Amino acid sequence: MAAALQTAGTLTASSNLVINSERFRFGSLLRSPAGMKGTILVVKSDGRHTVGFNAGLRGANLIPNAVAAKTEDSAKSTYSKPGHEILLFEALREGLEEEMDRDPRVCVIGEDVGHYGGSYKVTKGLANKYGDLRVLDTPIAENSFTGMGIGAAMTGLRPVVEGMNMGFLLLAFNQISNNCGMLHYTSGGQFTIPIVIRGPGGVGRQLGAEHSQRLESYFQSIPGLQMVACSTPYNSKGLMKAAIRSENPVVLFEHVLLYNLKERIPDEDYICCLEEAEMVRVGEHVTILTYSRMRYHVMQAAKTLVNKGYDPEVVDIRSLKPFDLYTIGNSVKKTHRVLIVEECMRTGGIGASLRAAIIDNFWDYLDAPIMCLSSQDVPTPYAGSLEEQTVVQPAQIVAAVEQLCR
Amino acid sequence: MSAFSAVKILPSPPITARSTPKPSFPFVFSSPSSPTAGGIHRPAAAPLSSSPRPLRAVSSHVLSNEQRVASHSHQDEAEVTREEALDLYEDMVLGRSFEDMCAQMYYRGKMFGFVHLYNGQEAVSTGFIRLLQPGDSVVSTYRDHVHALSKGVPARAVMAELFGRTTGCCRGQGGSMHMFSAPHNLIGGFAFIGEGIPVATGVAFSSRYRHEVLEEASPSGGLDVTVAFFGDGTCNNGQFFECLNMAQLWKLPIVFVVENNLWAIGMSHLRATSDPVIWKKGPAFGMPGVHVDGMDVLKVRAVAKEAIERARRGEGPTLVECETYRFRGHSLADPDELRNPDEKAHYAARDPILALKKHIIEHDLANESDLKGIEKKIDDVIEDAVEFADASPLPPRSQLLENVFADPKGFGIGPDGKYRCEDPKFTEGTAQV
Repeated sequence: MAAALQTAGTLTASSNLVINSERFRFGSLLRSPAGMKGTILVVKSDGRHTVGFNAGLRGANLIPNAVAAKTEDSAKSTYSKPGHEILLFEALREGLEEEMDRDPRVCVIGEDVGHYGGSYKVTKGLANKYGDLRVLDTPIAENSFTGMGIGAAMTGLRPVVEGMNMGFLLLAFNQISNNCGMLHYTSGGQFTIPIVIRGPGGVGRQLGAEHSQRLESYFQSIPGLQMVACSTPYNSKGLMKAAIRSENPVVLFEHVLLYNLKERIPDEDYICCLEEAEMVRVGEHVTILTYSRMRYHVMQAAKTLVNKGYDPEVVDIRSLKPFDLYTIGNSVKKTHRVLIVEECMRTGGIGASLRAAIIDNFWDYLDAPIMCLSSQDVPTPYAGSLEEQTVVQPAQIVAAVEQLCR
Repeated sequence: MSAFSAVKILPSPPITARSTPKPSFPFVFSSPSSPTAGGIHRPAAAPLSSSPRPLRAVSSHVLSNEQRVASHSHQDEAEVTREEALDLYEDMVLGRSFEDMCAQMYYRGKMFGFVHLYNGQEAVSTGFIRLLQPGDSVVSTYRDHVHALSKGVPARAVMAELFGRTTGCCRGQGGSMHMFSAPHNLIGGFAFIGEGIPVATGVAFSSRYRHEVLEEASPSGGLDVTVAFFGDGTCNNGQFFECLNMAQLWKLPIVFVVENNLWAIGMSHLRATSDPVIWKKGPAFGMPGVHVDGMDVLKVRAVAKEAIERARRGEGPTLVECETYRFRGHSLADPDELRNPDEKAHYAARDPILALKKHIIEHDLANESDLKGIEKKIDDVIEDAVEFADASPLPPRSQLLENVFADPKGFGIGPDGKYRCEDPKFTEGTAQV
């Protein structure tokens, strides 16, 4: 015990730990938690500098007063320029614009993407800059213009097809499944389809059932398709750029409620790996796997959990298909408990697949059944009070962790 | 500043010639409801567009030999040179012989699944595709063997693909309904009807984009043209109409070719369509619609020439309805019991290959022995194709996971931290990823 406290003192002085110093209060950690058997000092950094003295899990090693860290970004510390603050939808636009500058074959196809600037302003100003052919306003014909994007992608262009709402892409399911996913295979590899299909989905604020759909579960079986979900301005821009540069067809899921998130992102050119998950918060007790908007509910719950003495590890899986089993696996091997928090439906959702993948690969490392919190299997109601109950709320996450860690 | 401004739909003259399916035609369209029905019984030629060279639109002389003979000197019979005629003849014979061989091979158990044969419709494929430049593209449906052959895909590659061998044009992964060939700009092969039309529209968009935004010059001297083939059943599908709209809106260099063989498996076109006159649906979107006798390769070729050149000049799409017929059933699994034998006999009498042969002989473009020589040559090609396909290897297990992703990193990062595709044993495993 004394040794731990001494080490705590040493550690505070180390510069390694000061990455987001404005977000930590180390002072509180040095207070000896009276009545506790052992102390662990876990520093919330970018995951590379974890220091932990985990003397066991059950009840003993709780940190009473540490503050849960918010969005981490390992790359931030390595950039030289100050970076700039940006909203998520602007980050998407920045990524798109940079790629359109870089490669004249990149074009945008969608409804109201041109003159209107995009219904969520992701393509604002691009039509003025690049012209009506590169930023193509289409008639309302999702199936056909998605197919058009696929035909264009097969013959040398790199289109970015926007679904005004992801739900509208249900009309394009034929093209996405049959052509987008399969043509590279059925043509024996002769044609590639470097298309990006993106758009906002997820449950918003009382948008009604049809505008609140989560299509990731419907698309996940399509072979040949990659799916990623962005959640912060940093990874939005990075994933957008990576998706455009990828030779595979990529579906980029954005969320209606996240478009106004603000963050400071680097000035330099960067991309995020499409297949990697993001470590949001390093922890010891439980692995919480999440993506898109639920990340924020999880982080909110994490604050409460930390105050209650739990230490959750939060991983934003980002890559919905394929899963980053390395990052997820390492986390499971460390914590032995998994909670999946997702916004899509329980039945046949991303969580269901993830559960199966973890059981297949990491069964021996699990100390408890995997818990999965998903949205209710109901069409999203209009009434705010009901809508609230269809998605997972932080209180439920806290309860689930408490149950898992019993 | 925009490279491409929104286009107003030009009031292009909605004319074509429309044959009169009158007394001698046993399959009268039951009351096409259109008020212009009265105005369409003009067998004479009419200009297609406001281009300098008016189209010599062609009409269908149905069931009347007198009309056919009398039209020798009629202006709507296109002139064709000996070389062209022999090329057309060879292409049609190739298509016919290939399809006949397919049927044989299917019943011998060499190929399986759904195989849709093109017998009887060769004039459409040959008439259009032999006019295309190498940079032009063809998009087809599941009835695509002959489109592939006309476009230049070797018979060996097509036959091997049908046999499911690794030497097939799609490495055996596509099959009968998914013929693709990048070097020949054959963009499929689609199993669901209608789903190829948006892809064709996209290829045409790409052609326009490359011309205007990337400023690449095509060797053809204009825009690279896309020809989309589909059937009468597809013309009731939403994708068809959506693409007619978009293609005309953006003046895309595409030709929509309807192979109206009157039957969609067992569904007669007349039972499925409120207004069965398809070419008229072109002018509804602002593009010219043309009807042509799809059993006569020269007539098809004349219409095709105009439509393709229109597209190449940037004047936009054309809808061409070809009246044609498939001599066999919908597929090799179709017993074909529904169609009236008289109807079949009527169209068998209009066999495009025999018609062209007759034309060649009568115009002294070649003699019988030349044509026999061509037929013999094609027989050898087909034999060789079958032998080649038979001798080709089946795809090995390791081929299963190849080509799922263009960038195989899409299979993701495995539990060991490496990309799964980096594991040398990856493709030998099962498909679970």
